Amino acid sequence: MIEVRNLVKNYGDVKAVRDISFTVKSGEILGFLGPNGAGKTTTLRVITSFLSPTSGNVFVDDLNVFYNSMEIRRLIGYLPELNPLYREMNVYEFIEFVANMRKIEKSKFKSRLSEVIELCGLKGIIHKNISELSKGYCQRVGLAQAIIHDPEILILDEPTTGLDPNQIAEIRQLIKNLGKEKTVIISSHILQEIQATADRMIIINDGSIVADGTIEDLMSSFKGKTRLTLELRNATEESISKIQTVHNEISLADIKTQDDTVLASLEYPNSLDPRQDIFNFALENKWTILEMSRHKTSLEDVFRNLTIEGGADA
Amino acid sequence: MRSNVSILYRKEVSSFFNSPVAYITLIGFLIINSWFFTSTFFLINESDLRTLFSLIPIIYLFFIPAITMGLITRELNSDTMEFLTTMPVSDSEIIIGKFLAALTLIGTALLFTLVHFFSLLIVGNNIDIGAIISGYLGLLIVGAAYAAVGTFSSTITKNQIVAFIVCFVIIFIFFILDKILIFVPGFLSSIFQYLSIDYHLANISRGVIDSRNIIYLGSIIALFLLLSVRTLEMRRWR
Repeated sequence: MIEVRNLVKNYGDVKAVRDISFTVKSGEILGFLGPNGAGKTTTLRVITSFLSPTSGNVFVDDLNVFYNSMEIRRLIGYLPELNPLYREMNVYEFIEFVANMRKIEKSKFKSRLSEVIELCGLKGIIHKNISELSKGYCQRVGLAQAIIHDPEILILDEPTTGLDPNQIAEIRQLIKNLGKEKTVIISSHILQEIQATADRMIIINDGSIVADGTIEDLMSSFKGKTRLTLELRNATEESISKIQTVHNEISLADIKTQDDTVLASLEYPNSLDPRQDIFNFALENKWTILEMSRHKTSLEDVFRNLTIEGGADA
Repeated sequence: MRSNVSILYRKEVSSFFNSPVAYITLIGFLIINSWFFTSTFFLINESDLRTLFSLIPIIYLFFIPAITMGLITRELNSDTMEFLTTMPVSDSEIIIGKFLAALTLIGTALLFTLVHFFSLLIVGNNIDIGAIISGYLGLLIVGAAYAAVGTFSSTITKNQIVAFIVCFVIIFIFFILDKILIFVPGFLSSIFQYLSIDYHLANISRGVIDSRNIIYLGSIIALFLLLSVRTLEMRRWR
């Protein structure tokens, strides 16, 4: 179990993380979501002992980062955001170096290495120089490095940046498989990434947690609205504004005239479905409906709402 | 199970000898001291290496900053420091591993100069082997002190040129102290002399291995290595 308690980290005057607390249960995959510069990497760097907190504490089981840093580091496998590798080494030398640092016994190294090669798809590049590898393969080597000692906790900071869609799918699958037996924290600024891999997510913005829960929790707690876009002919902006008479909870969000058509966006609560009424209303007014499309609030909107407008009501 | 220091040491030495820069630096070291040494060797007509031993501390001023400037700087620059310091290894193990690697390179450079010793064996007579052994010992210890300064310089910046200059300036001050004694008021001159590296080197080279000299050089090594560890630790608190 990882517990982050009242963590604050300032870089000089810049407040990177402002008093955040959360826990990660054993065996859970936690998605850490937030826009760039929200404090994700800083938080992960404190958990991995790369940075010391300005105040607050991090506990892993009963160990804390101030006094038991070495023990905690032994439990963690970490893939940093920038995925630094020793470019002058070849893949085998690099993994062997990490295995030595992680005190993997010589007799066990061979079998563990072949497992990791299998898991991370490193077959065929094991004797290549790291400087010659593509970004995708570098990322795999970074992942191999993080799991070579079979850690209980895996911390992955933006593991799929710079990968092509196929590689992203592969890495996500890999993370899911690893997450079956390990505690995983995965950070990303891309929502789909978290949605595809995590059990639970924490949304962080400007150094504070703005949401914490399972994906379903977040969706239901966010009172979203449905947006209906209409493209009409033979209508005027004036007449459309009377559409609220259909139902008083419908509001006109946007309207504009384009050549001989009018584009109108309506908003109403998710509980409502006034599409048929709107169709009939259009018929009464002799409008021609060219297009009617509905857009339900997605998690994307929840995320955008929380992080851009800073809405704290979720 | 190998210790962290020895793993880091091995990694550092092998990465050094895998790069062409190492060979260029070593060959440069050898060419420069060979040129200055042999150009006067036959004129002086003495069977010893004293000119070589007074020459190498001057070449050290450039050679040691050149081999130590990348030690930590490169890790900071390529962000591998984040990878390294989140593994179960302490900051002092990192520093000592790197320092010993630098010392090995200095030792290798000194080994190259043995070529002069062998030519001396061929052309010279009446050679004082003891003086030569103590001379090399002195050079190795002074090299270690300079390497400690270089290790420290490389922890304070991400820029290798800056690391080079900082190291050069610090060891130049140690080097110059006993050469400016005539400009220094009398009561300070003994302090300046004691603080100068050359003064202690001269003693050791003469074959007088006094505890004062060893304590002095040992303290410089310890001080700068300690400063390096503290600087690394401070990066966590930035």
